[in-house]
Amino acid sequence: MPEATRRRRPVLRDERITLAHGAGGKATRDLVEALFLEELGNEALASLGDSAVIAPLSGRLAFTTDSYVVRPLSFPGGDIGALAVHGTVNDLAVAGARPLWLSAAFVIEEGLPVSQLRELVASMAAAARRAGVAVAAGDTKVVERGKGDGLYVTTAGVGVLEHDLVLGPERLRPGDRVLLSGTLADHGMAVMIARGDLELEGDVSSDTAPVHELAGALLGLGDSLRWMRDPTRGGLATALNELAAQSGLAVRLREDVLPVEPAVVAACEILGIDPLYVANEGKLVAVVAEDAAADALAALRAHELGTAAVEIGAIEPEPEGMVLLDTALGGSRIVDLLVGDPLPRIC
Amino acid sequence: MKYVTEYRDPELAQGLAAEIRSLVTPGEVVHVMEVCGGHTHAIYRHGLEELLPPEVELVHGPGCPVCVIPMGRVDDAIAIAETEGVTLATFGDMLRVPGGNGSLLEAQARGADVRMVYSPLDALELARREPERHVCFFAIGFETTAPATAVTLLRARAEEIPNFSVFCNHVLIEPPLRVILETPGLRVDAFVGPGHVSTVIGSDAYRFIPEEYGRPIVVSAFEPIDLLQSIAMLLRQRAEGRCEVENQYTRVVRPEGNPRALAAIAATMEPRRDFEWRGLGVLPESALQIRKELAAFDAERLFTLPGARIEDPKACRCGEVLTGQIKPWECGVFGTACTPERPLGTCMVSSEGACAAFFSYGRLRRPREEALVGA
Repeated sequence: MPEATRRRRPVLRDERITLAHGAGGKATRDLVEALFLEELGNEALASLGDSAVIAPLSGRLAFTTDSYVVRPLSFPGGDIGALAVHGTVNDLAVAGARPLWLSAAFVIEEGLPVSQLRELVASMAAAARRAGVAVAAGDTKVVERGKGDGLYVTTAGVGVLEHDLVLGPERLRPGDRVLLSGTLADHGMAVMIARGDLELEGDVSSDTAPVHELAGALLGLGDSLRWMRDPTRGGLATALNELAAQSGLAVRLREDVLPVEPAVVAACEILGIDPLYVANEGKLVAVVAEDAAADALAALRAHELGTAAVEIGAIEPEPEGMVLLDTALGGSRIVDLLVGDPLPRIC
Repeated sequence: MKYVTEYRDPELAQGLAAEIRSLVTPGEVVHVMEVCGGHTHAIYRHGLEELLPPEVELVHGPGCPVCVIPMGRVDDAIAIAETEGVTLATFGDMLRVPGGNGSLLEAQARGADVRMVYSPLDALELARREPERHVCFFAIGFETTAPATAVTLLRARAEEIPNFSVFCNHVLIEPPLRVILETPGLRVDAFVGPGHVSTVIGSDAYRFIPEEYGRPIVVSAFEPIDLLQSIAMLLRQRAEGRCEVENQYTRVVRPEGNPRALAAIAATMEPRRDFEWRGLGVLPESALQIRKELAAFDAERLFTLPGARIEDPKACRCGEVLTGQIKPWECGVFGTACTPERPLGTCMVSSEGACAAFFSYGRLRRPREEALVGA
């Protein structure tokens, strides 16, 4: 009888993660098999080999990695598990790839309730299913109490480009249009409010979601699609500043059409924070040729995550490397790179 | 978000801009100083200068509370933060202000326990929650934020919190305004008066400006429509030959201010003999200190502070920027040795500082304004 079938089914009875779960012995095996495999299970992972071995893919590959550190671990609209899938899936998607495989490494702080870990991993599994990716490789480590914020997750992802398009800032032309798939600043403000330090309450939910289908819809435009990004940390302003700098062109935005939820506007006003600089986790910003803008917008709006999609601006020849904003009042200003963290103003 | 959008209505703004254009004499430049850093920020954030005719030139004043704190006081705060067992709590935009010995953020990276709070009451709550540590609140701000510090001190005394203190750096709005008004070759014809400060001290507190110095002032709220309306009110005063204190921010500001807030300040703080202002030098009776009765909560009595006076960097012309004598870009280090990333002077630190606001939002407009400076 093969070894695997003779072994008893592993059970995880502990209420909290201890250093033993990271020591590589029986407790580690129980954690991996009774929690991670049970929630994330798929063929590649179940073999528990040192590497996932996957069949050859045809087409260019996209490969990316990101670490996820968020306090609190769960917040309205999502948690670190979903975030760790969406963030990496979205990085692949905006590169024009169809996301396929993820790896996930968990650094767990001693004392984390096992039930909480299970919920977070289950959420990760649900997010992976929705995004059509498999977690094919994983690792866990346990650090002493006080040396981590409960849980850090690092995911890497592989996707395949099933077309010949080359996307990038060098493809921008003056006159191109800038499209945004939905409202700004939901994720960053939801997390800031959920932390509870601000004694602010508000009905704000993170937008964490996979944008691969939105990106896929735009890929149908062919050469008219120039560039895509998911404006996460640093917000839309940072993503567009990088685009302007890399392309040597200018981006001009219209403030009056920028979509922001009323509760997010209110929280930003109270804290003196500009929603343009706040993180999003389920949004896509794209530059498309002027004559394809209407089709692109229609393609975005046809998807449930893109119903609020809007054209927010255009590419101009100058001033080189800058992002400008026509304010709702009829003035204009520079949208600069942020220095350091956004620090709330005092009065 | 009714209260935001209705004060940002483009049609109202265009109407007010037209009124402002009708009130200026072509070629005759009126220099309007907005005293408050919150106004400076709003002007740049909404691109208001583009709605104004070239005859209205905005001069950015000294009302950024972060910008006026001298480097020596930042070093004192760092000394408190680096004391064993002490947590220093302060407002977010104070963290990046450079002292002679780096900033509080740098002190935090070296191991000091520095925490950002939104209110002094949050600092008091920290002290309650962590009784084994001493929590010191680094208090800054004009009369705007002083009442919150006062209420916190009163509560700390009532609850007999033993591990809490305040490093008091509250300053008063009138002394720097007098410095500006007495500057030889004053380039300011009219003032947009601070809004939040005025909710505490009242609009009557500015009567010395028209009465002693012959300049009109309109106390203004912070939304773009408010600011445009205030500028229109100032120009109308000039057109009608009036020179007085007017109040645009009637939805909050009363002539006599807020007596309860003033009483709380008076119960806990008293004027200092003098206080050093960044860029303006030492001004008599220009700041507040904690009263003797509350000595147990006064960080200046509890800690041994370096108390050094540190000269501003020679190249830094913050003082002239703060008094409206030069525009940010006329300073030799603006945008070169002094940037928001590596500020030399405090005007470059807070987004309310004239230099930082100009650098981040407005530097494209420089040619237009430069042309006017010569005019």
